[in-house]
Amino acid sequence: MKFLSVLLLCLSLLPAHAARVETGDERLDGIFEALMGSDFAAKEDAISALAATGHAQRFEWIEGILDGRLRLLKKQKRLVWAEQQGSRYVATDALSGEMLGEFKKRKLKKIAINNAMRRGIRGILATRDLDSEDPAARLSSIQAMLANPSPGQAQLVEPRLASEADPEVRSAMQLVLALGKLGAQARKERLQAVIDVSASLEPAVRQQLQKMTDSDPDAGVRAAAARSLEKIEERVRLFGHLETLFFGLSLGSVLVLAAIGLAITFGVMGVINMAHGELIMLGAYTTYLMQLLLPEHTGLSLLLSIPAAFIVSGLVGIAIERGVIRFLYGRPLETLLATFGISLILQQLVRTLISPQNVPVSNPEFMSGFWQVNSVLSLTYNRLYIILFCLLVFAGLFLILKRTRLGLQVRAVSQNRSMARAMGVHSARVDALTFGLGSGIAGVAGVALSQLTNVGPNLGQAYIVDSFMVVVFGGVGNLWGTLIGGIGLGVANKFMEPWAGAVMAKILILVLVILFIQKRPRGLFPQKGRAAEG
Amino acid sequence: MFLLRILQGDRSGQLFMLVLIATLVAVPVMAALPADHALHLSSYTVTLLGKYLTYALLAVAVDLVWGYLGILSLGHAAFFALGGYAMGMYLMRQIGDRGVYGNPELPDFMVFLDWQELPWFWFGMDQFWFAMLMVMVAPGLLAFVFGWFAFRSRVTGVYLSIITQALTFALMLAFFRNEMGFGGNNGLTDFKDILGFSLQSDSTRMGLFIASGIALGLGYLSCRAIVKSRLGRVAVAIRDTEDRVRFVGYRVENVKLAIFTFSAMLAGIAGALYVPQVGIINPSEFQPLNSIEVVVWVAMGGRATLYGAVIGAVGVNYAKTWFTGALPDAWLFALGALFVFVTLLLPRGIAGLFRRRGGA
Amino acid sequence: MLKNPSAQWLQRDRVFDFLVPREVEGLDLSHGTVLYMEGVSVSFDGFKAINDLNFYVNVGELRCVIGPNGAGKTTMMDIITGKTRPDTGTCWFGQRHNLLRMSEPEIAQAGIGRKFQKPTVFEHHSVFENLELSMAGPKAVWPTLVARLSGEQRDRIEEVMQTIGLAEDAATLAGSLSHGQKQWLEIGMLLMQNPLLLLVDEPAAGMTHQEMDRTVELLSSLAGEHSVVVVEHDMDFVRALNSRVTVLHQGSVLAEGRMDDVQNDKQVIEVYLGE
Repeated sequence: MKFLSVLLLCLSLLPAHAARVETGDERLDGIFEALMGSDFAAKEDAISALAATGHAQRFEWIEGILDGRLRLLKKQKRLVWAEQQGSRYVATDALSGEMLGEFKKRKLKKIAINNAMRRGIRGILATRDLDSEDPAARLSSIQAMLANPSPGQAQLVEPRLASEADPEVRSAMQLVLALGKLGAQARKERLQAVIDVSASLEPAVRQQLQKMTDSDPDAGVRAAAARSLEKIEERVRLFGHLETLFFGLSLGSVLVLAAIGLAITFGVMGVINMAHGELIMLGAYTTYLMQLLLPEHTGLSLLLSIPAAFIVSGLVGIAIERGVIRFLYGRPLETLLATFGISLILQQLVRTLISPQNVPVSNPEFMSGFWQVNSVLSLTYNRLYIILFCLLVFAGLFLILKRTRLGLQVRAVSQNRSMARAMGVHSARVDALTFGLGSGIAGVAGVALSQLTNVGPNLGQAYIVDSFMVVVFGGVGNLWGTLIGGIGLGVANKFMEPWAGAVMAKILILVLVILFIQKRPRGLFPQKGRAAEG
Repeated sequence: MFLLRILQGDRSGQLFMLVLIATLVAVPVMAALPADHALHLSSYTVTLLGKYLTYALLAVAVDLVWGYLGILSLGHAAFFALGGYAMGMYLMRQIGDRGVYGNPELPDFMVFLDWQELPWFWFGMDQFWFAMLMVMVAPGLLAFVFGWFAFRSRVTGVYLSIITQALTFALMLAFFRNEMGFGGNNGLTDFKDILGFSLQSDSTRMGLFIASGIALGLGYLSCRAIVKSRLGRVAVAIRDTEDRVRFVGYRVENVKLAIFTFSAMLAGIAGALYVPQVGIINPSEFQPLNSIEVVVWVAMGGRATLYGAVIGAVGVNYAKTWFTGALPDAWLFALGALFVFVTLLLPRGIAGLFRRRGGA
Repeated sequence: MLKNPSAQWLQRDRVFDFLVPREVEGLDLSHGTVLYMEGVSVSFDGFKAINDLNFYVNVGELRCVIGPNGAGKTTMMDIITGKTRPDTGTCWFGQRHNLLRMSEPEIAQAGIGRKFQKPTVFEHHSVFENLELSMAGPKAVWPTLVARLSGEQRDRIEEVMQTIGLAEDAATLAGSLSHGQKQWLEIGMLLMQNPLLLLVDEPAAGMTHQEMDRTVELLSSLAGEHSVVVVEHDMDFVRALNSRVTVLHQGSVLAEGRMDDVQNDKQVIEVYLGE
């Protein structure tokens, strides 16, 4: 023990000296020697020098420095690409691409960088694609410049502006130039630049304007900067609201998906199905099992999960209806208790058969990522898809109820059971199918939820109260009410969250719905008429 | 003798009171037997029985509103928990400077949250009488405000059930928040003593058991008195045909409000007796499952009988204790099956098996 | 035991309590009209159930309301008793009570009693208890909780049970009565309530001919001291009541007058018999 600590002491006392690199090119050797050193100012210069070498692989190396893959193999003094494999690293010569074999981590020296260097490196990397054939690459290059402004950018961009054909890239380029001019010496130029950038939402622009508002030597420029900044902030706020709206819409869509099956069983059939949440859960678990079956095809398995979940939950729903609920028609409170019992059994079944813990469900590629509308507003694809999916499901259900024979029969039975029966409608079959339909939709909602939240035995419980709130708020027996009620509650929830906090917003929503029901006991869109009385 | 008059003509009620009194006499005797005696009751068992009695009182409160008034409350656990919290606050203040942080004024969790002074609603909770008042006032007030809105706008049936569930769900979320000042997630625990008696001692536990039994007896009698009065008959009439009652001239909402509030207070008392026996109160008491479980006790025992609620509460909870000991994973299966079984095959509960057809 | 209970209250020398209407505080009947409905309209989902209805009932009057299905008879009663709120129009009980501002219990307490089309009694209560609950008197929560039946009240209930022919069924649960008996029980509840204005919706449905005759006698004898509005389909019954008749059609008054006049009205014939 004592020996070890002495050894450590000795090691730490050894003089630190820069490692040598032998690439065969002296200029490169010098640059990398500086990079391996500990003087960060010298290292920043070295990066700039590396970028200026014109070496074909320079940008790759710079990128490698940024993400730590470019390392020095100490013994051979060679520059290598290091790829981690298990606990060891595979090294490839960075110049020749020659495989050098596996090494322990400590044989490979990393190039240490600090945050200032990182910013600089990003700025340099941004220039890489300036001359690319692909306008999208050019655009992202310019946008990277905007995100990591550095002094030399304007000079790089200016000569290219005249020859740029793509309007989007052009306006981005102009913004870079204006951003450069914000720091110009002449007052007039700064003033013009301040006005030019006022349409931009780039954080860099806002930072610069803020700096100028606070400390520009000229009062006129300060005022102009403040005005521009205010204009920009206003738009940022607007986009902030849009983003909240988007979050609200996606939450609302989730609520609608969860509630719409309930709207059928509760609204159309008058059956309180407390196991509805568990039918959603079964849908989510179906997705999980499909992924186990097709581990390589996440996207395909997700698409297949939709019909599969519909069938699984639908069948379970029909079994519940045939086995329990049909004996309890006209006794809504008893139905509530019995289906609650079923929900306990289903939960415990999943706990016993699969796992009491949450199970992992992965998102397919097309669900991840986001759509960057502008620099302050980006919409994630999974939320976008949920909104679309919700509308599709709603439309589908609407068509089924309005256009098909089953829909006609369902509506007939829900309005007057005995009359429908007298007209030859097989009401028991219709009940079972309606319940199956509502349950199947719950399963489909489960597929959607599996992409958003944790899939576990308690998934359903988390949504059951919300779903009931949506149905009751929207007005029982009215699909449109459910849609508008769900979206409305989702949006209201998200708009309350910033000032009330997530939990408080949820509580407030519950309280508001409770108060609302007092005011309008039949919800937003009540069924009117004598039939609905009493 | 007023009490005896309530039981006049109530055979099952007389029997129930006899059994209750016998239990309250027998349990202390059995607990006093030497430990190796076959009939000896351990302190653990006494506390368990005491817990069952508080559940039974809660079930009686639910039966009063469900069985006789037709309000299926899926939120009665909220009133139970509120009563429990009021008691918990008192017990918390009794800890004094014996907490981990040794602060004489503030409970540990407040010191932990770096609070400087007691929130306003904690004042007075160190006084037993005041805390006991709050045990009834807090749930009563909540029930009153909630009922005032709900009954006036004629929210009935499943709608009412669902919003009572939303109520308890909202309260659960609220009590989970640390900022509420009720100990957040962990709730209130680590109690030391009540009225100066240590909660660990066997005699205090026995005292709490007897107090629970007396509370159950009085709760039963007061519910029975209501049910037997004309107001009770109006309540049943409301349960069966609410509209007709209005046209006869009764203000349905006021009747509902009065009975619902009274029932909430009973539930609060039950909660207050429950907390010192289990030694903890936390937000999970608010979870909707708890409220629905109570309803199943009542359904199991037999609705609109009051004593059936007691049978159901004790029976189901005994089963729960047995299952969690012997087959912990099977308990939810059993409970779920019980829900289905009772509603499908035993709509009048166990009490229905005893009662002759047509008899009340 | 009298087999025909109506015979008992036909003892003209005896004045029963329930035949003496209750004094209602603040009720002003000085103009001789107990009920005013003016310009009342109500629609459900665009369907006009009541359309600009004007309807008056005089103090002590017995009035029959007839009309085809959907003419708005029951809706009219719903409006008077506060169950349905009209979209427009006014509805007054005497000179002082604006019925549109009162809740159902307030209206009932003010002295308007109603018998429903479908007999609604408290099924899980005995006949005696049904009558007890309907009894006029304080109906707030606390007085109801501590209420005890006085001997006098008990006697009244007995009397009414005699009248409606259910004396032997005092302890029978209302739910196990026959349809006709439920009709009688509901009439009995109305008598216990002892209102100034009785609204009776289809009293004869499910009754035998003898029972109908008894009902006619009972309603006729109540008129005079009370005001009675009877909605009925059975024309023989209406004719037997021998009162003014109002014909409703599509939510408004089509004709009003003696039965014979109404029967000869061209419009009425058209409505009832088609073109």
